[in-house]
Amino acid sequence: MRHTLAVLVENNPGVLARVAGLFRRRGFNIESLTVGETEDPAVSRMTIVVEGDDRVLEQVTKQLRKLIEVLKVQDITKEEHVDRELVLVKVNAEPARRAEIIQIVEIFRAHIVDIGRKTLIVEVTGDEGKVRALVNALEPFGIRELVRTGKVAMLRGTKDIATNSKEAE
Amino acid sequence: MKLSGGEILLRCLKDEGVEVVFGYPGGAVLPIYDALYDADIRHILTRHEQAAAHAADGYARVTGRPGVCLATSGPGATNLVTGIATAFMDSSPLVAFTGQVPTAQIGRDSFQEADITGITLPITKHNFLVKDVRDLARTVKEAFYIATTGRPGPVLVDIPRDVSGAQTEYVDPGPVDLPGYRPVLDPEPDQVLAAAKLIATAQRPVIYAGGGVIASNASEELRRLAELIMAPVTTTLMGIGGFPGDHPLYLGMLGMHGTRYANYAVCECDLLIAVGARFDDRVTGKVETFAPEAKIIHVDVDPAEMGKNVRVDVPLAGDVRRVLKALLEVLEGASHPAWLEKINAWKKEYPLKFEENGLKPQFVIRELYNVTQGKARITTEVGQNQMWAAQFYTFTRPRSFISSGGLGTMGFGFPAAIGVQVACPDEVVFDIAGDGSIQMNIQELATAVSHELPVNVAIMNNGFLGMVRQWQELFFNRRYSYTELYGPDFVKVAEAYGAEGIRVTKPQEVRPALEQAIASPKPVFLDFVIEREENVMPMVPPGGSLGKMLG
Repeated sequence: MRHTLAVLVENNPGVLARVAGLFRRRGFNIESLTVGETEDPAVSRMTIVVEGDDRVLEQVTKQLRKLIEVLKVQDITKEEHVDRELVLVKVNAEPARRAEIIQIVEIFRAHIVDIGRKTLIVEVTGDEGKVRALVNALEPFGIRELVRTGKVAMLRGTKDIATNSKEAE
Repeated sequence: MKLSGGEILLRCLKDEGVEVVFGYPGGAVLPIYDALYDADIRHILTRHEQAAAHAADGYARVTGRPGVCLATSGPGATNLVTGIATAFMDSSPLVAFTGQVPTAQIGRDSFQEADITGITLPITKHNFLVKDVRDLARTVKEAFYIATTGRPGPVLVDIPRDVSGAQTEYVDPGPVDLPGYRPVLDPEPDQVLAAAKLIATAQRPVIYAGGGVIASNASEELRRLAELIMAPVTTTLMGIGGFPGDHPLYLGMLGMHGTRYANYAVCECDLLIAVGARFDDRVTGKVETFAPEAKIIHVDVDPAEMGKNVRVDVPLAGDVRRVLKALLEVLEGASHPAWLEKINAWKKEYPLKFEENGLKPQFVIRELYNVTQGKARITTEVGQNQMWAAQFYTFTRPRSFISSGGLGTMGFGFPAAIGVQVACPDEVVFDIAGDGSIQMNIQELATAVSHELPVNVAIMNNGFLGMVRQWQELFFNRRYSYTELYGPDFVKVAEAYGAEGIRVTKPQEVRPALEQAIASPKPVFLDFVIEREENVMPMVPPGGSLGKMLG
């Protein structure tokens, strides 16, 4: 099963290497990892998507908690949360077929952010299902390039990961 | 008054109570060595940085206080790596300081530059690169704090030359503030009660104790627990000495070269109480058939050890000593006469034994035990020598058996013995070695001689890498591929360094030779020319079940 971890870390050089090194050394598979500063510039937040059964996830979270610079780890998979990913898709777009593409982009509430002579760049933000559906719809036109940010996620409502202690789940 | 970074470092070491540093100078640590020149801290100059790390580790294991080593940048730092990894695998509180090229030259492949914080990332509990001299005092304080609290482990502090050379006012760093580091020390009361319930209903309990008992100074509590619930105790290699070896409830070591009765007891127990142990593969054998009938209580300071290798019924995360104390408060006495009777029958039927013909390593170690009355501090190398030491010397107190368990580092024992002798100047210290292992750090004879450290090395010399040869004999059709070992004349080597050498070839020479070595004020190499193809038995074949032992 795929799990989404929200991880708060000290915003120090080298902390990403520690986290990545831990996953490599213990043989855990990262599907995606995003990292950026939080509202507190001394703290960065990672969203890590990792594949594994409950035992693997228990080890991942416990091993992460052992890192000195890791402040909080929470598996938010089973909690109510919002997750989003931003994807840019450069798609073949001969002038004759552009209308068709624009229609698809509108249906998905995506955006066209660049128009080339024979291509368009589509920007889509959404959860996994939406992104996959749009990519599938664009596929027949010929996708030249695709880049994704990886998933970011946040708990719904007033809960936030900072209020959960490092030790508690 | 302004101090140099080197002087600040030495002042911090003093504040941490450091009495001795094991090290080797070089260009990038010149300002630190300059400060050491005037400092009221002893420096032991080893002949190889690896030995400095092992010696500091040995010092840490015998005292329970952090061991400190110091090396220059580049090759000095990389030579520490095996020693740091050794300390990491055995959770030993080592603080390693390395020099680094000046900050402006980092990342430019400068002379003697190595990315030692990168290299040691997976083998340290934590590490630091100090980029500003004003961060130095705080960093050193954090390093010692991290190394010695929670699950102990090595911490490396990399100090660029311009940082150790810079001048600044010393500012007291104040209390340590590490928001991401909060070791769990006290167990959850609910779990203590759950464990007590399991213990109360157990018919065939076994306590399996590891190095955590020694690290948390919990030997006394362990003995009280065992006697209260009348549970036999087996220890891992790292746990040896954590429970008195001459106690009627003691089962000896379990696992690959454990006693038959310890392994049988684990196979048939209905409750296994793991205390400061981590279910290593050398202990469990085939994990699917390990303690198949048992509920498992796991006491460990590291929550990540719970459920890592085996399923656990009651996890008790916390400092071993505190957890045992909490358990002792709620437990009531129990007795299991039928179970203990069964175990005693096994003890009688399957004792550790060897044939007494020729010069046998087991006999040598037994004699060493007799001559020292079990009171020596023993370090070991790795291989057959280590297993024979574990099996045939009876250890009755914690911190008297010091060995590289997790990493299995040949070359550990001799420098570790040097560290032990530094910590315990009035005690008898022996490194039980093989002719292979001793050659991995034999240059430390110079360290022992020059610092007048009368360590004794008992070399079980069979002209083979004995343990590898044993595996080749048993599992590779006696094809002794590159395990026959040419060695030097160890007596002459010792003498060349200014130490003493004694060769022993007959059983009746063993005792006088040991007595001579102990009486000598010099380091002594004892070259025991033993039976060449003696095996360590009994043995669980790799990947096998504990119940099915060879020999």
